[in-house]
Amino acid sequence: MGLVARAIEAAGTPTICLTAARSITEAANPPRAAFVDMPLGYTVGRPHDPGFQTDLLNRALTAAWSITEPGTIVDIGVQWSDDQSWKDAATSGLDNGIRKADGDSRSPRIDEPQYQYESDRAAAEATTA
Amino acid sequence: MDLNEPVDYIARTAEQYSALGFEPYQWAHRPAAPPWAPLDKPLSESTILLVGSGGAYREGQVAFHWKDDTGIRHIPTDQPASDVRVTHFAYDLEPARSDPNIVFPVDRLNEMVTDGTIGGLAPETLACMGGIYSVRRAEEELAPAILDAVEQMPTDIDLVLLVPV
Repeated sequence: MGLVARAIEAAGTPTICLTAARSITEAANPPRAAFVDMPLGYTVGRPHDPGFQTDLLNRALTAAWSITEPGTIVDIGVQWSDDQSWKDAATSGLDNGIRKADGDSRSPRIDEPQYQYESDRAAAEATTA
Repeated sequence: MDLNEPVDYIARTAEQYSALGFEPYQWAHRPAAPPWAPLDKPLSESTILLVGSGGAYREGQVAFHWKDDTGIRHIPTDQPASDVRVTHFAYDLEPARSDPNIVFPVDRLNEMVTDGTIGGLAPETLACMGGIYSVRRAEEELAPAILDAVEQMPTDIDLVLLVPV
């Protein structure tokens, strides 16, 4: 998303990237970023915890206005838990340190649409028919 | 590792690739100073556009496929997150399918407009599927598609909020 942010900003619209992968964002070097110390897949917080999510978004958006130096990543002080042990096992694939992948943790690469529900397939085919 | 430090996914991916006998993945490095467009209104007067790379789509749309899909989906901002689906090859989908707000926070952003924190939202959000292995395709296909959609929005956008997974 850092590369996308750079393209949008170059065309004149300000951007802020949320990120849970600080090293990847440092490398891509977008104009503004807000770092959250969360497992991958939980960028905006814990599921069904709107208070956590709203606080995180408030901090991230406020950070956008605090940044004056292009390329700044602000640590907005959000972490998954006081227990940091999830980081031992976290990878950028399906094992994010919170839940183990079932069996093979490698990422499948499939060239067909992957619907959440089978009914979505029928709905999409009806729409595009 | 020092558990108080962020996980270094670049180093960790390199270790995994090395263990499998592969060369390290070449992450995008852009050391040149980033472009800069100033924010010229306060948050409470700003219109925000959400761009999420967690693979969100809605019923009736073709889902992303899992092989460098550089397409985008437009999702009406007033559509509740409970109607948003997610599909992506590279993260554990179960939590986000239970509550899409954790990767595509439309409910929270709408609430923040209602309570006056945010000035407004663009009428559509934009969704894509991150994890495009080819940096060239990310820059030559995905980024221009998103940029084009940003510029076609019927309202002026004051800030784009990008949410990866």
